[in-house]
Amino acid sequence: MVEHTVKSFDNDISQLRGLIAEMGGLAEVAIRDAVDALSSYDEEKARQVVANDPQIDALEAEVDRLAVRIIALRAPMADDLREVVAALKISGVIERIGDYAKNIAKRVGRVEGRVKIEPLTLIPAMADLAEGMVRDVLNAYGARDALLAVEVIRRDEKVDNFYNSIFRNLVAHMMENPATISSAAQLLFVARNLERIGDHATNVAEMVYFAATGEYCTERDRPELDEEMKE
Amino acid sequence: MSVSGVNLLEHLQTPALIVTDGQVSFANNAAKTLLGGHIVGQDVRIALRNPDAISVILDESGGTTKIDGLSVGGSVWELDCHVIGPGERLVSLYDLSVQVSVARSHADFVANASHELRTPLATILGYVETLLNPKAGGDQETREKFLKTIRHEALRMKSLVGDLMSLSRIEATKHQVPTDSVDVVALVNETVGEFRDGANITVTSNRESAIVSGDRAQIGQVFRNLIDNALKYGKPDGEIAITLEATDTGWLLIAVRDEGEGIAPEHLPRLTERFYRADTSRSRAAGGTGLGLSIVKHIVERHRGRFDITSRQGVGTTASMMLPIARS
Repeated sequence: MVEHTVKSFDNDISQLRGLIAEMGGLAEVAIRDAVDALSSYDEEKARQVVANDPQIDALEAEVDRLAVRIIALRAPMADDLREVVAALKISGVIERIGDYAKNIAKRVGRVEGRVKIEPLTLIPAMADLAEGMVRDVLNAYGARDALLAVEVIRRDEKVDNFYNSIFRNLVAHMMENPATISSAAQLLFVARNLERIGDHATNVAEMVYFAATGEYCTERDRPELDEEMKE
Repeated sequence: MSVSGVNLLEHLQTPALIVTDGQVSFANNAAKTLLGGHIVGQDVRIALRNPDAISVILDESGGTTKIDGLSVGGSVWELDCHVIGPGERLVSLYDLSVQVSVARSHADFVANASHELRTPLATILGYVETLLNPKAGGDQETREKFLKTIRHEALRMKSLVGDLMSLSRIEATKHQVPTDSVDVVALVNETVGEFRDGANITVTSNRESAIVSGDRAQIGQVFRNLIDNALKYGKPDGEIAITLEATDTGWLLIAVRDEGEGIAPEHLPRLTERFYRADTSRSRAAGGTGLGLSIVKHIVERHRGRFDITSRQGVGTTASMMLPIARS
């Protein structure tokens, strides 16, 4: 980016981007730890995830304050304005991603440890996908890489397919093993939370695309939608 | 940090950064390769956003910590931070991924592979035992039929062992970023040449050449596997279109598109798992080992690329990947 005449403006923008990255780092770790806690029935680790969530909330508040201050004092234009607006929106979405991770962690204690449920082996694979989307969208944000952002958007379909497949598996499992219904229902919510994390990573990707290019990520950039339009 | 004009950090193999007042003021080549060329001049949290890493770097006295999943999933790095002056820190990173992942992947691998090998072996044994029985094995026509089955199963085992060997070779080198200069456009044309007896394959590229830092044999195998799949599952005599596009942002986008029946969406996320098959009987009949796409994914990831498959039923399947173009 071109440097500004007022050096402290650059510092403000840099600080804003740093805060977003820090939030993202916390959210990434929260997803991984929550799913690890679930697959190893580690309630202590799950409690830790829940206890760490306020850090993400505090950072969101800090992003809000800084963004509003930049708008009030510097009246940013063009790419600077996009950067600030995108940061405001992205911080809200990352906060939600953190909440979903917290929600997964909260369910760890409610899944019966002794019950072996087949779809439980699918959930870590789905979590890898969702976590990979979050990681890459944060990489795209850091590098202002619109192309990587588009690639993340494409990956969302896979997470959705995984969700559908886990849903079917779990419903079948519940019919055959009514005793495990309450545990299986918890897992259904976990899968749902992961699916939402994927959706939110997509939202961030759209904003990264916007901040980097100044254009909205339209159907033109999403080939599978493009094909659907033709029919 | 220089001796007679040579910057020592630049020539270090291990990624190293200098952080001045919370901003990356210098990154050596290894660090730029790992974390991206954009990090210089940025807030250090853009480069390393892991919470433990941030707290060590911003700590008064420095320290060390472990980071999971830096830049790619499943990797483990150790971060070491030294205070070298007021507000200045030297951050270096050491890759521990190899030690951690070897133990983890070994167990599943042995379990899966032995299951897959036992199936053809059981068939072979069954038919051989029947042939040895003079009552059942006497008839010439039955003999021939049985021997053909045995041959088919033995060939299947042979290709399975071959694929297992290449997979383990790729696994062994997974954490070393390959450094040879490979011209992907030329390599694709060369690989297509191996197939072209009657196969309808077209190659289009927006550049004459595209250099990727990689392993020539492995990238060649990626294309062989993808073209092989497209031939197996595509429409008979249908077109297979390979497109290469180098972008200004430093990525090479490659797509291999067929006009086959497509793959049902619920299978898509699991296609790159070892031994996962969308249609077990069809894959076996076509001589598939269930490892082809897993090999492709591992190779692309080793090259710090991304691999994806999209498919629409009745329209066709596209295998696409993006590889980072080598910086000249």
